[in-house]
Amino acid sequence: MTAVVSTRGLVKQFGRVRAVDGIDLDVRAGDVYGFLGANGSGKTTTVRMLLGLVLPTRGEVELLGGRMPRAGRRVLPRVGALIEGPAHHRHLSGAANLALLDAAGPGGRRRDRRRRIAEALDQVGLGGVGRRPVGAYSLGMRQRLGLAGALLRRPELLVLDEPTNGLDPQGIAEVRALLLDLHRGGTTVFLSSHLLAEVEQLCTRVGVLDRGRLVLQDELARLTAPTGATVVDTPAPERVRAVLDGRVLAADGGRVVVRGPDPAEVNALLVGAGVPVRGLALQRPTLEEVVLAAAGTSADRVERP
Amino acid sequence: MIGTELRKTFGRPRTWVTIAVLNALPVLVAVLLRLTDLAPRPGEGPPFLSAVLTNGALFPLAALAIVLPLFLPIAVAVVSGDAVAGEAQAGTLRYLLARPVGRTRLLVAKLVAVMAFVLVTVVVVALVGYAVGSVLFEARPAAGTSVSGTSLTTEELAGRTLLAIGYVAVSMLGVAAFGLFFSTLTDSPLAAALGALAVLVTSSLLFTLDAASPIAPYLPTRYWLAFVDLFRDPVLWRDVVRGLALQGVYVGVLLTAAWANFTTKDVTS
Repeated sequence: MTAVVSTRGLVKQFGRVRAVDGIDLDVRAGDVYGFLGANGSGKTTTVRMLLGLVLPTRGEVELLGGRMPRAGRRVLPRVGALIEGPAHHRHLSGAANLALLDAAGPGGRRRDRRRRIAEALDQVGLGGVGRRPVGAYSLGMRQRLGLAGALLRRPELLVLDEPTNGLDPQGIAEVRALLLDLHRGGTTVFLSSHLLAEVEQLCTRVGVLDRGRLVLQDELARLTAPTGATVVDTPAPERVRAVLDGRVLAADGGRVVVRGPDPAEVNALLVGAGVPVRGLALQRPTLEEVVLAAAGTSADRVERP
Repeated sequence: MIGTELRKTFGRPRTWVTIAVLNALPVLVAVLLRLTDLAPRPGEGPPFLSAVLTNGALFPLAALAIVLPLFLPIAVAVVSGDAVAGEAQAGTLRYLLARPVGRTRLLVAKLVAVMAFVLVTVVVVALVGYAVGSVLFEARPAAGTSVSGTSLTTEELAGRTLLAIGYVAVSMLGVAAFGLFFSTLTDSPLAAALGALAVLVTSSLLFTLDAASPIAPYLPTRYWLAFVDLFRDPVLWRDVVRGLALQGVYVGVLLTAAWANFTTKDVTS
């Protein structure tokens, strides 16, 4: 697996505040990488350092094999980005905005610009928006246009900061389907978000940022792997306790957690003893539990010293 | 990149509204002069205005002299202050840089677009001045009059007018350099434009103050009106050359500072 994004000891100091504190990101080709963190945990600063907008105080950023920010001219044309919300010239139409952005930098031929713009607009569902100025767009439409800008040159890597911001539930589902589709086509996606559900549904790997530190970085499947316990849903929890004496780890109403990695075995024991069972499941930690365990309190809490 | 910046500058209605407003004042002055026939006495009021009633061909110069002290620098300060800070405020700067557009390249493109705006504005003021002058007043292009009282041939008058347009454009370039420099310091186009204007107001004010006479030769507005000297016979080059040198130094230093600041700055807008 080749590294698409890798940072080593990345630090950014703003005055006395250390926004990013020595993080080692490792995003590999083919990942959908979920970059999680509370508001103010340093996600956006990190994303900006990846793209060469903010210059690191210490440490290195390597993007598609090039040292940033020096290699920006070579590697950034292969990267599509949505950084902290979309931004456009309000008096111009969506297509005119994309044309200006496309003409501004290298990569992508001039001849097929019009076709690429039309394709990108179709991909995000703005194909029929016409010549309306962006100032008249809704928030969701602007978000879609920002996404179209990121897709314009068929990038190998998509860096998306909160891409579903301002979208309605249908829009969110559409964007999720689009990203999964692009991922199947070979695009690596780096998704920065504070929405756990979004990351849990999309991502294959997860990094968790807490107050500028990367407290967790692993495969999502491994983080939410079965814990070796079985959850039993039963109207008679006290009888479960009687049958499986010593194996009950926790009980909460009709929900009893029993040691044992095989629900079938647990089921056989309970049914054999005549205990009614409504449901059985392997116990898996949710991403939320994993993140809360790894990260401290909310980063925008400011306690008295 | 330069092409897209030019398209951006001249594709927005605001640019043309600014130029139109800028031309309204000289036109108003011309109309009032025509209606009242009350020209300022020679040596008073804006340069060249006293001579306009007898020769409309001088009105382009009068028009430049009318907008030069205030209107033109305000327009240039607003446009140049908007150059980088406007993109930062709109949020489009981060997308341009991530596109990627090199920071030096972006700054050069912005500078070229501002220069183009300055040149177009000055030329339009002169052209509108010429049109208004020939329509409203008796134009005697066959023979103009120099400020010194001798006559100038048509070719001389045309050539010197072109030189004057160039000189005013260079003076405005100094304003643009201040605007562009402040524009890289802040994310607010308003603050950048006001910063450039504050410099000019300070300079104009100190220029009138005797106590500030030791620094007077270094004030950016000191030689602005030296283009009048181009119409003396013979041409009085001293102040024109000093003016060009002074603007050259300001432009060089400020653009270097703007470059140094912009290429090493964290873009957090």
